[in-house]
Amino acid sequence: MFDRRLIQYFDWGLMGLAILIGCIGLVTLYSAVTAETPTPQKMLFFKQLLWFSVGLVAMVAAFLFNYKMLDRWAQPSYFVCIALLIAVLFFGKYAGGSRRWLIIGPLSFQPSELVKIAVILSLAHYYSRDAKTRGFTLRELIRPLMIIILPVLLISLQPDLGTAGLVVLIAGSITVFVKIERRSFIYLIASGAVLVPLIWFFLKEYQKKRILVFLDPDRDPLGAGYHIIQSKIAIGSGMLSGKGFLKGTQNALSFLPEEHTDFIFSVLAEEWGFLGSVTLVLLFLILIFWGLTVAHGCREPFGTIVAVGVTAMIFWQVFINIGMSMGLFPVVGVPLPFVSYGGSSVLSTAVCIGLLLNVSMRRFMLE
Amino acid sequence: MVKYLKTADAEWYKQRITGLIICALAAFVVLFIRLIYLQVIMGDEFRRLSLNNSIRLQSIDPPRGRLYDRNNDLLVDNRPAFDVNITLKDAQPLYRTLEKLSQYLKTPADTLLSKIKQTRGASAYKPRLLKQDVGRDTLAAIEVNKYDLPGVSVNVNLLRHYIHERKAAHLIGYLSEISPDELKSGSYPDSRSGDLIGKFGAEKVYENSLRGKRGGRQVEVNANGLVVRILKTVDAEPGHNVFLTIDQQLQHRTEELLDGVVGAAVAIEPGTGQILALASSPSYDQNFFVGGITHEQWDLLISNPFRPMSNRAIQGEYPPGSTYKIITALAGLEEGVIDEKTILNCPGYYRFGNRVYRDWKKGGHGKVDIIKAVEESCDVFFYQVGQRLGVDRLAWYAKAFGLGTPTGINLDQEAHGLIPTAAWKKKRTGVPWQGGETLSIAIGQGFNLATPLQMAVLVAAVANGGNRYRPMILDRIKSVDGQIIQKNEPKLIGKLPVSPFNLDLVKLGLWKVVNGENGTARGSRLADIDISGKTGTSQVISRKEDEMLPEEDMPVHLRAHAWFVAYAPSENPSIAVAVVVEHGEHGSGTAAPIAKEMIKTYLRKPPVNTQLATQNEADSTGGDG
Repeated sequence: MFDRRLIQYFDWGLMGLAILIGCIGLVTLYSAVTAETPTPQKMLFFKQLLWFSVGLVAMVAAFLFNYKMLDRWAQPSYFVCIALLIAVLFFGKYAGGSRRWLIIGPLSFQPSELVKIAVILSLAHYYSRDAKTRGFTLRELIRPLMIIILPVLLISLQPDLGTAGLVVLIAGSITVFVKIERRSFIYLIASGAVLVPLIWFFLKEYQKKRILVFLDPDRDPLGAGYHIIQSKIAIGSGMLSGKGFLKGTQNALSFLPEEHTDFIFSVLAEEWGFLGSVTLVLLFLILIFWGLTVAHGCREPFGTIVAVGVTAMIFWQVFINIGMSMGLFPVVGVPLPFVSYGGSSVLSTAVCIGLLLNVSMRRFMLE
Repeated sequence: MVKYLKTADAEWYKQRITGLIICALAAFVVLFIRLIYLQVIMGDEFRRLSLNNSIRLQSIDPPRGRLYDRNNDLLVDNRPAFDVNITLKDAQPLYRTLEKLSQYLKTPADTLLSKIKQTRGASAYKPRLLKQDVGRDTLAAIEVNKYDLPGVSVNVNLLRHYIHERKAAHLIGYLSEISPDELKSGSYPDSRSGDLIGKFGAEKVYENSLRGKRGGRQVEVNANGLVVRILKTVDAEPGHNVFLTIDQQLQHRTEELLDGVVGAAVAIEPGTGQILALASSPSYDQNFFVGGITHEQWDLLISNPFRPMSNRAIQGEYPPGSTYKIITALAGLEEGVIDEKTILNCPGYYRFGNRVYRDWKKGGHGKVDIIKAVEESCDVFFYQVGQRLGVDRLAWYAKAFGLGTPTGINLDQEAHGLIPTAAWKKKRTGVPWQGGETLSIAIGQGFNLATPLQMAVLVAAVANGGNRYRPMILDRIKSVDGQIIQKNEPKLIGKLPVSPFNLDLVKLGLWKVVNGENGTARGSRLADIDISGKTGTSQVISRKEDEMLPEEDMPVHLRAHAWFVAYAPSENPSIAVAVVVEHGEHGSGTAAPIAKEMIKTYLRKPPVNTQLATQNEADSTGGDG
């Protein structure tokens, strides 16, 4: 029977916030693709618009059913995603030195985006059972480690180190949240401290060089280092109130690389200035607080962990993407949720919002 | 303890969320502080840099590696050229700038404008080429007036310089602009549109070594586009120098000898497979391609009926003619269908079935043994050897001697040649093999095809006692600081399936070809150098045996090709050559003299002063200007 409380408890504010961020994203994307040289790529804007409508449907689909069913579906969906990751290694479209996209008819999408959600659900499934307040011991962490390592390895093979790292960060956040037993935690840190130099020792010279450039873009002044400088100039030159919509000059003439995907924040910051960038960053902060509030309001562990997981996913992407644009972090291809161009990213973010709505509107139901 | 093992419940999780909120807040505080720093505190500075898009990248092209011959003589160098570029964003007002510039370039402003329009679509911040390779006077004039010429810059660009015009053009090759297909192919990951890459010969094959690695500069420019500060520089890595196995002096002499005829010549060091000379005639001028060949020039080259762009030494396929008798002779001896004592009678013709196969010599050679058969190139003797062997056994030997497959030289588009078998003909034409065809094959006519390089490798193997080495054009690759990057070692690819005794028999015959009383190439004898060889004449059209016209009365394009393969000195040979002259009629008349001259040039030249050579090498490895 349909429970009227579902409507009563529906989180209109969260949905409104997500749509607002999406609209800001579309406006920024419009500017980014219009300025693209030598030929404007307005087509991308309309494609993104299409993806947003698909995303809206996915979001609704993600809150219609009771999320607790996901507890049962967590493992099967995890293995489907792993199968997709393996498929992408063999049949994926090769572009720009890596194999990330699966082509199905007219659509292409990145399974690695879906995997993030599958990992969140699988971990929530495992951690929500039999959790003790003392935290998880090393023995108990073996299975979650397997859950994390398999997709991380497969994504690294594509190779897409940005996404692989993201999965580690999301899974790590969830695991820290459900607590690791104190001694186990010390062991983990210690073994990490031993392993990293050991691995470094075995790396080939060119691999070391790539990692050093990654950590310190200034080592590559003609590539990553140059992109960071141009991005900083774009953001800084926005000053307090920005240059105005479609008036960005760094954005134009390809001075910004990947301006409609990885460096989209620089486009917004240049045109809307400090006021504009602060607004967007604040909206993301509110969204993250909102997600944590949903987790706080949930009365059973599985829903709480899912809400924390998807919030962590949004948090890390926002933090890394914006931090990278401002020269705080290495240059990695991590999209800004709802702002960067890309169907798979829009879709997975929309599903995340849908899951938050799902947990939120069913908070009245007790276990 | 009980409390410690308490099951985590909703209340417990709620407490932990507080920690997450604090972490998220801390992270966002970092973002806010960074935003304030970039946009509020540093805003003015970044706005200034953005107004002019002042931070730009300039690429630094690496000097391409040079090419040397085996004695460290320079073959290909780079010379500095001054290119005039314009950056549209800075060159405002554009037309006035062009008008001023036109005085110095002596090119009308409108021509310059149309040149700019051709590159429409490129970024206004990227310099575009206006005029390549201007003289020093022009350079000086522009440099003096550069404040009057906003956006105009002169770049020093290294252009390829082929020191000896037209020489070794097929072997060395040339550079040309990378095509969109080549860019997409993924074989040139470091190249971008507009780059020059090797398209032919050694320039192409050793592209990766020669190219070097592009560098670049991050610079800050002022409103006129002039560089005010260099922020960061990544030096270009110069390409490696490539040392070829050819001997420049021999190469030049060979090309002189081929001048005026259509043909090819190859010289090999028998003990290593190193190519000493590889020439194809007619040739082309590589300097045409420097700075971009025009459509007209290219069309002219391509439409030339003598196909100067084709490397006949490796791509030209000719019936080997009587030079093939080396194979027939050795196959017959090895298979036992003849031996050193076999004597056959040659009346000047041979009857097979109801047809008569003529010898080249009217009246015949009389009683002939294997040595005399080789010396005088007796067709009738080899008709019978071929008939006793059959086509397939003969083909097996020809293939074992390296015919019918590319030699594996490191050059593009090497031809296969062709060695027919009965099965091949049946498959190809549907008609079974005819016994008479074996007779033609035995003297190198018919379907047989071989390249000059294949024949050179073959005769080199005969010369050195039976070892087939892969022919190679690369001796070594060295970095500009003198480090050896690659040293090419001789590679054995097969052995002739013949006994030393039989090989010596045939070699005696080959010696007599030049030195015997009735040798077909006795005109090419040298007093001081003992040459062994074999002449050949390959028919262009198959003629009815009973209506042979004297060659002189034939139209030129139907005249036979002339072959000569040789090695010298006959004992411990140090050079093996193969020469083909298209429509040269008789090997002895046109091809053999060329081979003789090549051998003379190589063996009679004063020994290379090794000390001097080392000296040159040391010089060449110095800095690259």
